[in-house]
Amino acid sequence: MKVLMFGWEFPPFNSGGLGTACYGITKALSQKGVEINFVIPKKVEISEEFLNIISANLPKTKITLVDSLLTSYMTNERYWELLKLSKDRKLDYGASLVDEVYRYAQIAGEIAEEVDHDVIHCHDWMTLLAGQEARKVSRKPLVSHIHSTEMDRSGGRGSNPEIFEIEKTGIAESDEIIAVSNFTKNKIIQNYQTDSNKIDVIYNAVDKNDFDDNISCKNPFNKKIVLFLGRLTMHKGPDYFLRAAQRVIKKNEDVIFIVSGSGDMERKIIEDACELGIGDKVLFTGFLRDNELKKIYKIADLYVMPSVSEPFGITPLEALASKTPVLISKQSGVSEVLNHCLKVDFWDVEEMANKILAVLENQELEDCLMQNGNAEIDKLTWSNTADKILGVYKNIVSVKI
Amino acid sequence: MPSICFYFQVHQPYRIKRYSVFDIGNDHDYFEDANYQDRNNEFIIKKVAEKCYLPANKVMLDLIHRYPEFKISYSFSGTALEQMEKYAPEVIESFQRLVQTGNVEILDETYYHSLSFFYSNEEFVEQIRLHRDKIKKLFNYEPTVFRNTELAYNNELASLVEKLGYKGIVAEGWEYYLKGKSPNFVYRPYDTKNIKLLLKNYKLSDDIAFRFSNKGWEEYPLSAPKFGQWVNAVNGSGQTINLFMDYETFGEHQWEDTGIFNFLRSLPEEVLKHPDNNFKTPSEIIEAYSVMDELDINEIVTWADTERDLSAWTGNSMQKSALRKIYEIEESVIASDNEEVKDNWRKLQTSDHFYYMCTKWFSDGDVHKYFSPYDSPYEAFISYMNVLNDFKLLLCKK
Repeated sequence: MKVLMFGWEFPPFNSGGLGTACYGITKALSQKGVEINFVIPKKVEISEEFLNIISANLPKTKITLVDSLLTSYMTNERYWELLKLSKDRKLDYGASLVDEVYRYAQIAGEIAEEVDHDVIHCHDWMTLLAGQEARKVSRKPLVSHIHSTEMDRSGGRGSNPEIFEIEKTGIAESDEIIAVSNFTKNKIIQNYQTDSNKIDVIYNAVDKNDFDDNISCKNPFNKKIVLFLGRLTMHKGPDYFLRAAQRVIKKNEDVIFIVSGSGDMERKIIEDACELGIGDKVLFTGFLRDNELKKIYKIADLYVMPSVSEPFGITPLEALASKTPVLISKQSGVSEVLNHCLKVDFWDVEEMANKILAVLENQELEDCLMQNGNAEIDKLTWSNTADKILGVYKNIVSVKI
Repeated sequence: MPSICFYFQVHQPYRIKRYSVFDIGNDHDYFEDANYQDRNNEFIIKKVAEKCYLPANKVMLDLIHRYPEFKISYSFSGTALEQMEKYAPEVIESFQRLVQTGNVEILDETYYHSLSFFYSNEEFVEQIRLHRDKIKKLFNYEPTVFRNTELAYNNELASLVEKLGYKGIVAEGWEYYLKGKSPNFVYRPYDTKNIKLLLKNYKLSDDIAFRFSNKGWEEYPLSAPKFGQWVNAVNGSGQTINLFMDYETFGEHQWEDTGIFNFLRSLPEEVLKHPDNNFKTPSEIIEAYSVMDELDINEIVTWADTERDLSAWTGNSMQKSALRKIYEIEESVIASDNEEVKDNWRKLQTSDHFYYMCTKWFSDGDVHKYFSPYDSPYEAFISYMNVLNDFKLLLCKK
C-alpha cells in the first residue's frame, strides 16, 4: 500500500496534538509495511538533522517538503506576521492564509502527478484542498482525517466562514472520512450535513514508552500540584480551570495550580488569575516540550483538561502514561475511551472544584485513578489505530477499483 | 426426594445523593436526591414495587392458594422495609398477607444490610436486634434462620450466629470450599454443635436469576418443564435444592416480557409432578434432614462475582478507606446517644455504598455498572466521603 499523505508538523517541532497524532500514525503504518510519502509545509526550523532522525525512525516514509509559510493552528494574523518577515524571499506566497492554502493545494497537485500512490490521506482543513487537488490529478481515493473542525477551534463563536466552507467542500469531496471520536463524527454530521456511513471513528492513542522512562524529578513544593496543559485558547477552557482553582483554594490552601502552554489567551489568563485573587497559587510555565513536558506531567498530582470542545484530546493519555490521574471534560472525544478518570461538564466549575478537592484530600482516590487509568490506556496503541486506518485504505481502494 | 428451598432477598439501600464538598456544613439530607431518578430512593422504591414486588407477591399468593405444598422464604433488609412503609405501604401489606398463609418463612439479617460482622461484633449484634424488632413489629414473626449480607460467610460467623440462638444459617455453595461435597445436603459448620448450614445451589439458582433471558445461553429459553427435569435429576444424589436469589429477579432484573412470571407460575406444577419432590422453607429443611458432614470454611465466601469473595466491596483502596473511616467512629457515634446520628451512621454502612465504588469493572463488571446509580466508582466514592465528612462535623458538635 502506497499512501500520499498531506500533514502539518512532526514532533519535536509540533505545537499540538495534531503533530503527535500524525507522527504516531505514520510510524505505526510504516512498521506495518505501508509506504508513505509525507508532504509537509517547510518551516524555518526543519533542519537536515531533523530529517535524518525522521527517516531513521520511519523507514518506509519519505518526506516531501513544500516551501510555504503554513504552520499548524495558524490564524490569519499570524500568517501576515510571517508574510511580512519573509518579504525578501523570492517565492510568491499567498496574500492571506486562505490564499496560501490554495497555493499549497496547487503544489499538491503537482506532487500527486510525480509520486506513485494508491490512496491520498489528508489531515484537517489546511490540507483538505491539497487532498482534493491531488485526487483530481491522480484519480485515487481520498481519505480525510478530521482531528478538529472550525466549530471546535472557534468554540462556536466567531468561526471563519472561509475555513468553514473549505471544510464543508473538502468533507463532501472525500471518499471516506476518519473522525477521531463519535463526538467529532456527530459534529461533522450536524454541521456539514454528511452521510454518516462515510465516516469511520478511529481513536488516537499514546506511546506509553515515551512517558514511562525514569526522568528524575521531584515536586519542589510541599504542596499538591494540579496541572493544566494545552494551548491557551478559548476552546481549551483555561478560564474554567482558573475559576475552579479559585473555589478549590477557598477550601484548601495547600495546593499549586500550574498552567502550561501558550496561545492567544495567555495574557488574559495571567490577568484573570490576579483578578481572582489566586495569583500567588497559579504558576505559568509557557510552552513546554520534551523532557520539560515529561517532568511537568510527572510532578503533577492531577491533570485537568477542561476543554469546551475537544475532538479527541491526547494529553490525558500522556498524563496517564506518566502515572498522573486525570479529570476531563465530558465535551471531549477521549471521554469515550476513558472510564478510569473523573469527568465533568466544562462549565460546571463547582463540580470541577469538588472533584479536584476530592483527589487532593483522598490519597486512595488518586491511587485508584492513577493505577486503573494507567492500565486502561494499554488498549490505546498507535498500532491499533494504524490497523483500523489500514482497514479503511483497503476498503476504499477495493471499492474504487 | 429433593426439596426445593426458595429464599428471596428483598433489599433496597438508602442511595446517597450527589453530594459535593460545598454541601458540607450546609446540607444534612444525604439520601434525598430529588434531581436524579437513579438516585432518587422514592422513585426507585415505587418503580420496583410496580415492576417486581407487587406482581411477584401476587403470583406467590396465587401459587400458595393453588398448591398448599408451595413454600418460600424471604429475607428483608430493614432499609428496604422502612422505605416501603414510607413510599409503598401496599407492598408491606402484600408481604403481610403472604406471611399470614403460614407457607412463608422470614430469615433474619442485619437491619442495615451491612458488612458489620467483619468490623464490629457489637454493631453486628445490635443490627440483628433491630432487625428482629422490625420483623416482629411488621409480621409478628420470630426468625430462626440467619442470612448475612451478600451471603458473606465463614466459620467464625457460624459460631457467633449459633451463640445468638439461631438453628440455621445460609451460605454460597461454592465448589472451592466444598471440596467435592454437594451443596444439596445439610451441613454442620466447623466447631459448632447445633446450627445447620444450607448451601445455595448456585448453578440452578443462577439459571433463573442471571441466565433466564440470556439468548446466548445454550439452554435458552428456560421452560418450567425443563427446570423440573433438572430438579428430578438430583433425585437420589441430594436432599435439598437451595434456590437463593434476589427477589428483584422477578420483573426487575428479568423483565416481565422475558416470561419470568409465567415461568414462576408453572414451576410448582412441574416440580410436584414427581411424587418425591416437595417444597420446604429453610427451617423445615433443618427439621427434616440430618447433617451430612462438617464443613470448614475459614476464608470469607460470598455470592458475588466469579471470585465469590468480598473483593466487590473491599477490593480497592477507596473501599478499604471508606469502610475503615465509617467504622473508626463507632465509639463516638454510640457515645452520642442520639438516635438520628446512629441511624444515619448505620445507613452509611449499607454494603451497596461500597459496591458502587468497585473498580474491577472490565472482567465481570457489567453487573456492577448496571446496578450502580453513579457514573463511575470514583463519583460514588467522592459523594460518600463528602457525606462522611459532614456527618463527622455534626458528630463533633453533638
